[in-house]
Amino acid sequence: MHDAPSAKELIEAVKAFIDKTAAPQLAGHAAFHARVASNALATVLRELEIRPAAEAEEKARLEALLGTTGDSANALNAQLCEAIRSGKMDLSTAGLLPHLKSTTIAQLSVDQPGYSGLRSAAR
Amino acid sequence: MGNGIEIEKPLTEWAHAHFGAASRVEGLKRLSGGASQETWAFDVASKDTTHPLILRRAPGGVAAARSSEAVSLATEAALLGATSKAGVRVPEVLHVSAPGTALGESFVMRRVAGETLGRKILRDDEFKTARTRLTRDCGEALAGIHAIPTAGLVDLPRSLGEDQITKYEAIYRGFGMPRPVLELAFAWLKANAPTPAAPVLVHGDFRLGNLIVDGNGLAAVLDWELAHIGDPREDIAWVCVNSWRFGHSEKRVGGFGDLPEMLDAYAAAGGARLTPAEIDWWEILGSLKWGVMCMIMYSAYKTGADPSVERAAIGRRVSENEIDLINLFEGLGRHA
Repeated sequence: MHDAPSAKELIEAVKAFIDKTAAPQLAGHAAFHARVASNALATVLRELEIRPAAEAEEKARLEALLGTTGDSANALNAQLCEAIRSGKMDLSTAGLLPHLKSTTIAQLSVDQPGYSGLRSAAR
Repeated sequence: MGNGIEIEKPLTEWAHAHFGAASRVEGLKRLSGGASQETWAFDVASKDTTHPLILRRAPGGVAAARSSEAVSLATEAALLGATSKAGVRVPEVLHVSAPGTALGESFVMRRVAGETLGRKILRDDEFKTARTRLTRDCGEALAGIHAIPTAGLVDLPRSLGEDQITKYEAIYRGFGMPRPVLELAFAWLKANAPTPAAPVLVHGDFRLGNLIVDGNGLAAVLDWELAHIGDPREDIAWVCVNSWRFGHSEKRVGGFGDLPEMLDAYAAAGGARLTPAEIDWWEILGSLKWGVMCMIMYSAYKTGADPSVERAAIGRRVSENEIDLINLFEGLGRHA
């Protein structure tokens, strides 16, 4: 399969259309939703860039934490949730909070990189 | 429903009865697009006075669309009356209209001058003085609300900390989207639950956005639809949740104040003497609840109930609450 234009280029093109052409012609509620739409595309662009490496790192950390291997970060996260729910892991578990912090920082770098709580976490 | 034609006539009839036959309804304008109720701003001009007013109304005048936990508009109006009598700053209610009447289920209250937008209150120069007073004002208002005898009050739902954990955990599990940080918060809250305080009237949504602030400080407490009988610490913590600090994380109370100052004002005004550490558990519950609420709003997109981009995108805000929870866990026992 070709990638010219790439997914990134297509999204950038649509985002530029919303920002420069569509949004200036809209008012009220529609203008608000155009801004939300543009922000959503910015999220997708960050996701394309950040997710592959961040999710691989998350998976490696989960495997170390759980002492097992898994098909995906998602499947391992379900196991981690079960360990927390059953009381096998809690705040005192070595490595748990640092892992969750790294994962959440990566997630927010995609979702809401300007969020105040992210700055607090970095301090 | 979106235009004012159907309510202008009954509103004018009410104005004639209340302010005299020469009065006129002017500038009727829908303010919120809220699904749970309509909010309309209007003025009544009578002789040489203009009365700025607000109409709160069930959508189309029918109460069916309100969420199960929200109290009815009549209850909200009764609460405004009771809290006003107790000296809490709230808008004065002038009229309550029953379902089936021309206005439909609704009430009319005075429109209090001031600002509700958190970002403006925290940033604009005109609120500089207000910001120095707001922390004490909030402590005093909450002490006033929590001191209102519940015995003579309208019937309200009862929801203590434990009830809320049960409720939000069931919703979270129902989504089948495991999120380890939320899982940890549920488990930690259950393992560390404080002894429940004596139940009081809790506002339920006391935070920037629902407070009218003028140049002098807190002018009115709005949005009583989540009022319930519960733990007073819930209200104190909710205004501290980082989602409501609008970027000013360094100030724990709403982005404008320090918690010890609010707790001092709360105690001086008759509330219990509390420490910031006693608020931690409730702030963790608050961040967790808001995270699950973001998931609820996203689920409206996922199920097709609301296909808007906004509902889809709000699912990417859950991680905000997750970092807040992690910051709270890291800070446990660390602050004064």
